Parts: sequence; C-alpha cells; structure tokens
Amino acid sequence: MDPATAKFIGAGLAAIGTGAAAIGVGNLFGQFLQGALRNPSAADGQFGRLIFGFAVTEALGIFALLIAFLLLFT
Amino acid sequence: MPDPIHQFDLHRILPLNLGGWDVSFTNSAAFMLATVLLSTAFLVYAMRSRGLVPGRLQSVAEITHDFIADMVRESMGKEGMKFFPFVFAIFMFIFVGNMLGMIPGGFTVTSHIIVTAALAALVFVMVLVVGFAKNGLHFLKLFVPPGVPWYVLPLVSLIEVISFLSRPVSHSVRLFANMLAGHITLKVFGGFVVMLLGAGSFAVLAPLPLLMAIAITALEVLVAFLQAYVFTVLTCMYLNDALHPEGH
Repeated sequence: MDPATAKFIGAGLAAIGTGAAAIGVGNLFGQFLQGALRNPSAADGQFGRLIFGFAVTEALGIFALLIAFLLLFT
Repeated sequence: MPDPIHQFDLHRILPLNLGGWDVSFTNSAAFMLATVLLSTAFLVYAMRSRGLVPGRLQSVAEITHDFIADMVRESMGKEGMKFFPFVFAIFMFIFVGNMLGMIPGGFTVTSHIIVTAALAALVFVMVLVVGFAKNGLHFLKLFVPPGVPWYVLPLVSLIEVISFLSRPVSHSVRLFANMLAGHITLKVFGGFVVMLLGAGSFAVLAPLPLLMAIAITALEVLVAFLQAYVFTVLTCMYLNDALHPEGH
C-alpha cells in the first residue's frame, strides 16, 4: 500500500476513538441527569464532580483525535 | 489548505548560546513571561486597596483565591494549606497561559509537551520528596491498599506502582493534547472557510464552518479553564497521597 494512503486510513481509524469517548461523555451526563432528577436538591453540589469527570473522559477522546491529527499533518 | 501545525512553531526572538546550549529567548518564553507578568500584575493591582469591602477587581482576585483555597482544603485538609501557594501558582500559570493562547495570533505555551511535562514532573518529584520526608518508609503504604487479601496483594501492589509511575505521563499529556487538538481543530475549520471561499459557487456555504469555528472557540475557552482546573485538582490529589499515604 502507498504510505500516504495508509496514513489517511490510519487517521480515520484513530478517529473512531473519539466516538468511544462520545459514548463515555453521553453516559456521564445521562447518569448525572438520572441522579439529578431523583434528588434535585443534591444535584448542584455534584456539578464540580460532573465537570471533572467530563474533562477526564473527554481527554481520552482528545488523545485519539491527537493521533489522527499527528498522522495527517506531520 | 493552510498548515494547521504552523501556529506551534518556535521562533528565536533573541538568539542566545550558553556553552553550546541553545538558550534562545523564543516566542514560547515570551508568552510564558507574559503569563507570569500578567497574572502577577493583575493580582497585585487588584489587591492594591486591600479594602474590607472588596471592589470589582478585588472580588475577582478574592474569588480566584477562595476557589483554589477551597479545593486545597477539601482534598488535603487543613495541613494541606502549606501547599496553597504552589497549587495557586500552577493554576494561575496554566489558566492565564491557556487564555493568552485563545487570543487569535497568540501562542499557547501549554500546547508544547515539554512545558506540561516539566510541570507534571515538578509535581511528581514534589510528591516523592514530601511523601518520604514526612512519612519516611510509611509512604510505601500507598502501594498497599488496606483490606486486600494477602494472595492478591503482589498483583495489586504491582498495579498500584504502575499507576503511580504513569501519573506524570497522563497528567502532562492530558493538558498538552487538549490544547494542541483544540487549536488544530480551530485552524482546520478556519481553513475550511478559506477553501470554500475559493471554490466558486460553493462560497455561499462558507458561513457554515465559520459558525462552527465560533462555536468551537467558545468550547475552547471552556476547555482552557477546565483543563487548568483538572490539572490543579489532580495536583491536589497527588499531594494528598504524599500527606496521607494510608488513607486513600
């Protein structure tokens, strides 16, 4: 296979990881809403943890995106 | 399409050579200096009146202080307040550095792994030094979680040691990758606008990627704050391990 072609295929494969991170972030906010609707008075206190979990989860998707970008542009 | 990596290039502003080492003053160093000067100047200027009833700027400075102070107190307890200046300096440096990078044409110091790796290594070495200085060999209890049966203990300890050693890697790469990928995404969408404008009748579609670029800019401002916050929270958690190795 032509190396340039392989690079683009590899970048596409790496981008699948961002979809996996999307599942994680969706799960996170879904579970948070579920808990928040059951006990709305406690929800505000957990906002910091929600955002922290979001940032940590989203970072893993960003790692995959980073690999895709590195393959494309370097 | 314009090269989206170009924005991370280093330029020598003031070429310097010290005994064979290239210690030139680069645009990265200039932005780091600007970050330090800006945050110092802001805090000094905002607190100049030392009013009992804070003015507008003074309350911003006080809110920032209380935000980090609460974080340190929650994660490390009262004795952790010794580390407050260190944690506050790390937060201010990363946050202001990220925000300076959001200015179009600016340079993001945290988008280079060497900068974030140096910060993470500083935290890692600090955890080791403080942990051994304060607890002696009891610091190694960190790798022996309580309540684990003896026959799985070797395996659990091995996993704990590996996770401890991989901390500085994930700690630095998280911040670096977020800033790098975010800024590349911005540039890629900016490139789409230029490409569509040059594509004849397709130019009518050009506002779409422009809107997307604006939305991503807003997201990036959020990410710039969040990643500074996450880096600081993780610093607090790691330092807490050094202070209380048994209760984790």
